Amino acid sequence: MIEIRWHGRGGQGAKTAALLLADAAFETGMYVQGFPEYGPERMGAPITAYNRLDDQPIRIHSNIYEPDIVVVVDQTLVGPVDVTSGLKKGGAVIVNTDLSPAEVRGMFKGCTGAIHAIDARDISLRSMGRNLPNTPLLAAVVKVAGIMGEDEFLKNMEGSFAHKFAAKPEVIKGNMLAIREAWRGAVLI
Amino acid sequence: MSRNDRMSGNEAVATAIRQINPDVIAAFPITPSTEIPQYISSFKANGLIDTEFVAVESEHSAMSACIGASAAGARAMTATSSAGMALMYELLYVAASDRLPIVMAAVNRALSGPININADHSDSMGARDSGWIQIYSENAQEAYDNMLMAHRIAEHPDVMLPVMVCQDGFITSHAVENIVIEDDGPVRGFIGSYSPEKYLLNPAESLGVGPYSVSVYYMEIKRQQFEAMNSARAVIAGVSEDFAAMTGRDYGMIEKYRMEGAELAVIVMGSAAGTGKAAVDRLRGSGVKAGLVKLRVFRPFPDAEIAEAMGGVRALGIMDRCDGFSACGGPLGAEARGALYGRAEGIKTVNYVYGLGGRDMRVEDFEALFAELARVRDGAESLRCRYHGVRE
Repeated sequence: MIEIRWHGRGGQGAKTAALLLADAAFETGMYVQGFPEYGPERMGAPITAYNRLDDQPIRIHSNIYEPDIVVVVDQTLVGPVDVTSGLKKGGAVIVNTDLSPAEVRGMFKGCTGAIHAIDARDISLRSMGRNLPNTPLLAAVVKVAGIMGEDEFLKNMEGSFAHKFAAKPEVIKGNMLAIREAWRGAVLI
Repeated sequence: MSRNDRMSGNEAVATAIRQINPDVIAAFPITPSTEIPQYISSFKANGLIDTEFVAVESEHSAMSACIGASAAGARAMTATSSAGMALMYELLYVAASDRLPIVMAAVNRALSGPININADHSDSMGARDSGWIQIYSENAQEAYDNMLMAHRIAEHPDVMLPVMVCQDGFITSHAVENIVIEDDGPVRGFIGSYSPEKYLLNPAESLGVGPYSVSVYYMEIKRQQFEAMNSARAVIAGVSEDFAAMTGRDYGMIEKYRMEGAELAVIVMGSAAGTGKAAVDRLRGSGVKAGLVKLRVFRPFPDAEIAEAMGGVRALGIMDRCDGFSACGGPLGAEARGALYGRAEGIKTVNYVYGLGGRDMRVEDFEALFAELARVRDGAESLRCRYHGVRE
């Protein structure tokens, strides 16, 4: 079982990203869970969302305290929130950041997991014209977690976007560009 | 035929309601059940259902509208949670005593205060004596399946009682999971159409519903309600058998999980049952004789089934996601102990109040609880009732 914990701020789409990841993994035939943790809901407040992905039916219904992967949608959460709390040995962190590799390493001092950085904001602005970091982050998670290969993921997402954006097909191209760029843009530092 | 899909508990229940295509839905939105009337509104707008959707101004009115519709002869449904259900309490008793087979999607949430939007069973436990049948669901699949069975149970001539199908707010209502969705045709065939024997809009037979009942009649009405609830046991079993024949998914009043040879066991309802099963698997893996009993049906109460399930159990944890403030345990604790009395005595029991207001219940929590039950089995003193997972 792969357990993933998303840290974002209200309004940034961390919950949506967790649901999209559940969708993508479901398409590969996996058993999935995607769920948010609801606290006091307000724009900008720290929020958490979760995924469990397995080849067996999943029966556990609790939050995730020892994740395999932590995704940080907003780098300003590192510090105020103990984002790497309980990260499994051999686990990984994926952080949306525009900082240099040295600065990112400094941010996660003492973290034993592999740190992957991606400038999801920049990718999103360039490909979609808006700051929607969850689409590029989704690609980074699929890549880092090894849920599927690049070609399968692109094909899978094309179908998913065609369905999701049936009423506004003009945004499909930008979304596809974003995940293509993100696949290459997520780097181990 | 069926298809594999993934959806949240709320979407699963809404999908069942779309397939049921009831005559009337009256609902007022409240977290975490709000998505259900939202989905229904879009089904209606897109022509997928021909249900009359009544957007009422309160839950009191929602249940009142359901009562009116059901008495008129329509298949009526609603969805609610927490304070919304509490605002219905008065009418829940009316629906049950008028023998109206209304079906409610209940998404369990704590009651204020302090105000809280997350899961516990205080709302439906507050309605446990209202005369409604109560079915609890572990996950989205069960919420969907129980909803598909609800009308068959409610509308059975031996029953004619309202049914609430409960699931845990957010924990399953907002969690996307794998689910098997049955095709519309077989589902509609399974549920069938509703032809009440007596109804207000029948020009051939005039009828009064809900009149004043003086003392010389009142108690006979209650006696018949008791009889109907008692008959529901066999009806639930029969409907569940038919459902298993259609889907392969088999449900009883209770579910026994790894109870063979179990010395330590817990009784639990709702989403925590799945987490408990994972704990039982881990413990069995290390040689601990642990088992779990999940209550699917709380009303009528499966007293004989619980006692029968105990087998060689020596220490039992009874898990309440509600504190009834009796100061001697929660409602399930009281009733489960009552079920054992005279049938399966000598079992040491601890009643745990857990998970209030969405407090998480982890596999590790169950492991700690089973460890305590092992000490109790071996003679350690324990409180009869205590809170689990609380800072004190």
